[in-house]
Amino acid sequence: MDYAVRQGRSAIRPPLMKRLADASAPYLYSAPALILIVTVMLVPLVLGVSYAFRDVQLLNPFSGGFIGLDHFRALARDEAFFRSLRNTLWWTGASVFLQFTFGLILALLLDKPFRGRALAQALVFLPWAVPSFLAGLNWAWLFNPVVGPLPHWLHALGLMSQPANILSDPGLAMWGPIVANIWWGIPFFAITLLAALQAIPRDLYEAASIDGAGAFQRFLSITLPFLAPTIAITILLRTVWISNFADLIIVMTGGGPADRTQIVASYIFTQAFKRLDFGYASAIALVLLALLLAYSLLIVILRQWLLSKD
Amino acid sequence: MRTRPALLNVAHRLAILAYIAFALFPLFWLLKVAVTPNDLLYTEGVRLWPSRASLEHFDFVLRHSAFPVFFRNSLIVSGSTAVVVTILSSLSGYALSRFRFRGKYWLVTLMLLTQMFPLVMLVAPIFKILSPLGLTNSLTGLVIVYTAFNVPFATFLMQSFFDGIPKDLEEAAMIDGATQFVAFRQIILPLTLPGIAATLGFVFTAAWSELLFSLMLISGNEQATFPVGLLSFVSKFSVDFGQMMAAGVLALIPACLFFLLIQRYLVQGLTAGAVKG
Repeated sequence: MDYAVRQGRSAIRPPLMKRLADASAPYLYSAPALILIVTVMLVPLVLGVSYAFRDVQLLNPFSGGFIGLDHFRALARDEAFFRSLRNTLWWTGASVFLQFTFGLILALLLDKPFRGRALAQALVFLPWAVPSFLAGLNWAWLFNPVVGPLPHWLHALGLMSQPANILSDPGLAMWGPIVANIWWGIPFFAITLLAALQAIPRDLYEAASIDGAGAFQRFLSITLPFLAPTIAITILLRTVWISNFADLIIVMTGGGPADRTQIVASYIFTQAFKRLDFGYASAIALVLLALLLAYSLLIVILRQWLLSKD
Repeated sequence: MRTRPALLNVAHRLAILAYIAFALFPLFWLLKVAVTPNDLLYTEGVRLWPSRASLEHFDFVLRHSAFPVFFRNSLIVSGSTAVVVTILSSLSGYALSRFRFRGKYWLVTLMLLTQMFPLVMLVAPIFKILSPLGLTNSLTGLVIVYTAFNVPFATFLMQSFFDGIPKDLEEAAMIDGATQFVAFRQIILPLTLPGIAATLGFVFTAAWSELLFSLMLISGNEQATFPVGLLSFVSKFSVDFGQMMAAGVLALIPACLFFLLIQRYLVQGLTAGAVKG
């Protein structure tokens, strides 16, 4: 009996070659992508980690030796690095907060039907399509008193004693890239939040207004709770992304004046690109990676804690 | 009672207008300086439109500068990247959408991780790896790097498009004797054409905008992509604003075209590559 069943099963089993082909199919489909990711991202990542402990300078053919923790000792005494850490916090915090606030307002405005909404939506989302290097240059020019209107307007409003370039003012320079980043990043938040807003069932609002809830009350007790998960995940992911987003800073100020706009990511790039000191650049990169891992871990723990509270 | 909603409507339209003005103003200014003749640029100050517009800067940039070469290089790099990524990611996206297999979890985790960690970390090691292979200062090298960077997010994007297509379609074809790959190529891919177009658009835009790796990997003028060319132009001839902005307007054109193409898919694309931007 047992034997017969086994016989029967193997009779309807496809031939070995076919089974092998079926089993390997998903691997064959994903192999090209996987191989590319491993060779172009994973291998350099591991190599980069090894650079952090070696003396790698592009222009010095005698470099390359193992130097242990020397880079990290130098890093611990590097004022510019600690300044870039503080700048990263400031840059990320201000950018994310303002992008999110203006993005949320825009999403709420666009959620209401009105004539010409499709066109308005296309126009306000346009900055997202502008290449980041162009966004940076564009805003650098707007801040430049020679060709840009902003310094003259600020002067006319009495906010500035004379039309000067804020990008060369150590105290204010960081606002340049932050403003450019807000302009460039509002669409991202607006698009994701708008999608979440439109997924809220409309009858909830009707029921609430029949029960006498005002607009603000409806926002607090329906809109916000529905949006909360989207808000949380977008802000968390965006924080990581923006803290590493160096394009605008490199284009607009190059980290200057006097390292006042240098963030960690742009500091890494400057070390690699201008000083060609790949070892030191990789050591900073390793510290940055550790900080980001700690941040992610913190998020995971926070999430667990919030879930366990419910 | 009717005046309050009407007032609110006016405030709503005004707020929308303010956002549109904020979004468009920098681009408008770019265009304005690009069409302002040099003799008016400094004398007319912050006027919103010059008293006399001309296309002389565009004429100069197109005929006497290296920008057409930069433009062509960027087109080659972004176009090739978009095509290669779309092919690779439609395969891997299909695998994620249709198969359950051992290691799938790790594949997805790996792809998600590549979206999280700072790519600037890879600038130095990638330079070191590509340099002995002759792939620095080469458009091919850039295409390889950009392809790898964009494949994970494009895979998730393609997966979301495949998920929207019912499985019965290829199952029916396979009962009729087609292999799964034939069913994929002849039935599923044609149905995913809008998704393929969106992926092409997203990847093209991302490659067109990339700055750090093209700065690091490209040094000569011959192979320079648009951002590299524009930035070196800025540091060399920092006085000719008209020409720079004319070049900037040129860089904007393909990006805007692709934006129109992918507008409908923005939400899907942004959630697929939530961290990519």
